[in-house]
Formats: sequence, structure tokens, C-alpha cells
Amino acid sequence: MTLSAVRRTPLYAAHLALGAKMVPFSGWEMPLQYPDGILREHEANRKGCSVFDCSHMGEFLIEGEAAASGLENIVTQPLADQPVGTCRYGLALNADGGTIDDLIVYRLAPKKWLVVVNAGNIDKDAAHFRTHLAPGTAFTDVSHATAKIDVQGPLSRDVMVSLVPGVRDLAYYTFGTFSLLGEEVIISRTGYTGELGYEIYYPWDRAPKIWNALCADDRVRPTGLGVRDVLRMEVCYPLYGHELSEDITPLEAGLKRFVDVNKGFIGREALLRRDKDGSRRLIHFISVNRRAPRQGHFLYDAGGILIGDVVSGTFSPALGIGVGMGFIKKEFTGAVKNIIFGDEKIRVEAQAASRPFYKMGTLRN
Amino acid sequence: MDIVEHYLYTKEHEWINIEDGVGTVGITEYAQGALGDITFVDLPHTDSEVEQFEQLTSVESVKSASDIFCPMSGRIIDVNDKLSDDPGLINRSCSDKGWIARIEIADMDESSNLLTAEEYSSYLESLDRNGVVDTDE
Repeated sequence: MTLSAVRRTPLYAAHLALGAKMVPFSGWEMPLQYPDGILREHEANRKGCSVFDCSHMGEFLIEGEAAASGLENIVTQPLADQPVGTCRYGLALNADGGTIDDLIVYRLAPKKWLVVVNAGNIDKDAAHFRTHLAPGTAFTDVSHATAKIDVQGPLSRDVMVSLVPGVRDLAYYTFGTFSLLGEEVIISRTGYTGELGYEIYYPWDRAPKIWNALCADDRVRPTGLGVRDVLRMEVCYPLYGHELSEDITPLEAGLKRFVDVNKGFIGREALLRRDKDGSRRLIHFISVNRRAPRQGHFLYDAGGILIGDVVSGTFSPALGIGVGMGFIKKEFTGAVKNIIFGDEKIRVEAQAASRPFYKMGTLRN
Repeated sequence: MDIVEHYLYTKEHEWINIEDGVGTVGITEYAQGALGDITFVDLPHTDSEVEQFEQLTSVESVKSASDIFCPMSGRIIDVNDKLSDDPGLINRSCSDKGWIARIEIADMDESSNLLTAEEYSSYLESLDRNGVVDTDE
């Protein structure tokens, strides 16, 4: 790991001006929450419109021959048939089938892609791409030149249309190039909260102008990484470092539908072998009360036998109870319904639940 | 910051209000601000005994869980049941309606181990100078 100074997004001053509580995250100094608190921010997202600074995330530009670029071999989702103007969520795996990162591929043109990756993985992802892309395929890490704001919530379309009328007809997991306040930006119908939403990509130094225009709208509330984590847990989206890691395969993490085993990709054979041999599996569970499971808690069966561990957990403001995700060890293959989470100090009853926990998201509205 | 003059305080940011041998216990404005929105209070059991500076209960916010310590030894004679359904009461009224438990104080001399409002106030300032205080304080 490289030791380097903590980085700041172009919106750092804007966050301070809003009174944000800043915390370190993946080498960045990011807003955890704003003064009104996470519960108010949660309500803004589920009922109104929230905006997140996600400028820390990574973006790669790739140009080359589609079939021969090597990109297809890096990503678990098929890309050959991906239409220009659409996004695809997929994963990059290591040779052991573990997850290097989860990512979204934007097909910008028949021979050009934008790949969006997690902030904490930019350097290792870039090294992986450079190693496995075919000679003659151009790779550019544009992370430090590209800012990103997520606009999310049931009112996000109305908010966005007031600035960019053209986004009205943008379908889920598609994108376009638009003019926003005189800047050429990429806007996609994507997000990480389970609500209708958009992600805006644009040049680094233009970030404050666009952020301020969004925040000037009375329907919009700035929201931090704290609530972002709660929102993604309520809809059971994986977060790298929790449900995914170099050691965890996407099949273990319940992401089978984003893995096309009928095509070739790095890690495929190990992935299938590990799946056949039996492996741990991710379960989703809800607490019987407001008490929240936390990463580091253990999972026990109803008889108190240790069966796994918690990788993500939070109080869910939408449900009014604790929700969590955890891995059950491969020895415990049977159906699990009643479980207990906790540590040396607490034991809390919980029940396995279907995903997502929060089922009223406006994602596809 | 709201620091009630006649309460006594711990360096762990709990307060106790002593009246007729009974102490009402809660957490300070500093503590509730650092925790953020409180989502769960593990109310202690009435009639249980607790020692000075030992764990009284734990409080969870959206992003964390924190132990709360008892400012003085004694027997718990009452808990604030309102916090079961409305833990946010601590955020809204930490020094008053958001009290956590009442104890029958075992040894009044233990109060000498606590900080007065003035001392607690100076203590907060020293934390601030040392940069320990969270950025939203």
C-alpha cells in the first residue's frame, strides 16, 4: 500500500461550508454526514432528492478493438453485445476467482468504454487492466480529472430535468452526453441507493458549479457517505471490503446474475471449481429489534453454534430494525432461518430475510 | 454547549443529577453530538447493581455502538422506558427528557471522583485544544 497524503475532492470546501463531518475514506477526506444527521439524510433520499459527492471514485477510459481489446476477458459480464449508450455492472476477478473489484462499464462508442471503479481500488485495478488489456488498446486513468455527483431519490428526475431537460427519457442503466450549465457531462441512470437516480461525470474543476446549482434547489439535500452505506445495505448492494474482496468470489456474494460463465474471463475456472467444492454463502438477515448487527459480529445458529460472521450491518431507518449481511461457513449448507448475531458482549436474535430488505425503492420508476 | 450547572460529570461524557440520594444519569451534549442519530438504547435492568465507572448500558447510533458508564455506584431503581421506542429523545433532550436510568446511590463520597460543570467545561476545552474533539463540535 502506498502511503500518501489524504486527498480531497473539488467539493471539499463546499462540504465544510455546509458543516459536514469529514472522515477518512479510502485515502480521501469525505463527508460522513451533514449537521441535520443521517436520519434526515435518509428521509431525503427515500422521499425526496439527495446528492452525494462521489468524486473519489475511479474512472478509466479504454479504446481499442472490441473483440480483441482484452476487456471482455477482464469483466464477468458479456460486453460484446452491449449497446452503445448503456451501462453494465460486472466484476473483475483474480486467477483464484476472488474479486479484484466490482465496476460499471459504460459503452461510449463501438470501440470506446468508460469503466467506473471503487476509490480504494484505483491503483490495483489500473495495474490489472494494464496487464490484461491487449497491446494496441489504449488505457487512461482519468480518475483525478473526473468528478462525479450522484443525484438520487424519487424526485431526482424532476430535479435533473429542471437543469437538463434531455434526461427525462433516460432509461435505467443507460447514459448520454448532455450540456449542463454549459459543461459537457455524461449522465447515467444509475446509482447505489435503490432509488430512481443519476450519476453525473464531468471535469474536476467544474464540480463546485454543478454541486452548488443542485444544492440551490429546495428539493435537494446534500447527503454523506454515512447514509450512503445505510441506503445500500437496505437494498443489499455489495460494498467492496465487506461483501466482496480478493478472497471472496461473486458467486459466494450472491452475484451470480452478473457472472456469465458461458464466456471466458480471468478467474472463471477457479470460480467454478470453488463453487462446485462448496463454499461459504452470503445471507441477509433482520434483527428482532432496533439493535444493529455490525461488521465483526459473529453469526450463530439458534442453538448457539458459530456458523459465520457479519460483514455489513446497520439500523435501517426504513424498516425500524437492524439489518445485516454475513457469510455462513460452507459446512453449514442447510437452510438457515433463525439465527443470532453478536459478540462476547451481546447476543441478538435475527431471522434470514429475502433481499432487498427495503422493497419500495423507486429505482425503475 | 449546554452544560447544566448543578449536575456532575465524567470524562466519558455522562452526567448525574443527585437529588435526595437518588442519581439520574444521562449522556452529555458532547456525547450525543459525537454519536449522531441514536437508534437504540439497551436499557439496564431495574434492581441490578452497578459500580462507579463500570458499564451501565450501551447506546447505538446509525454508524456506531458505544458503552455508557455509570458515574456512581448504586442500585438501578428506574429506567427511561420512552427510549425503547424513541431513542432519538437523547439527541433532542440529552440533559433532561433523554435521561437513561435512576440509581439509589450507594456511597455519596464517590461524587468527589466526578467533575463539576465548570471542571467538565474546562475538560471539553482541553480536548478541543488537543484536537481530540470531533469536527462537528
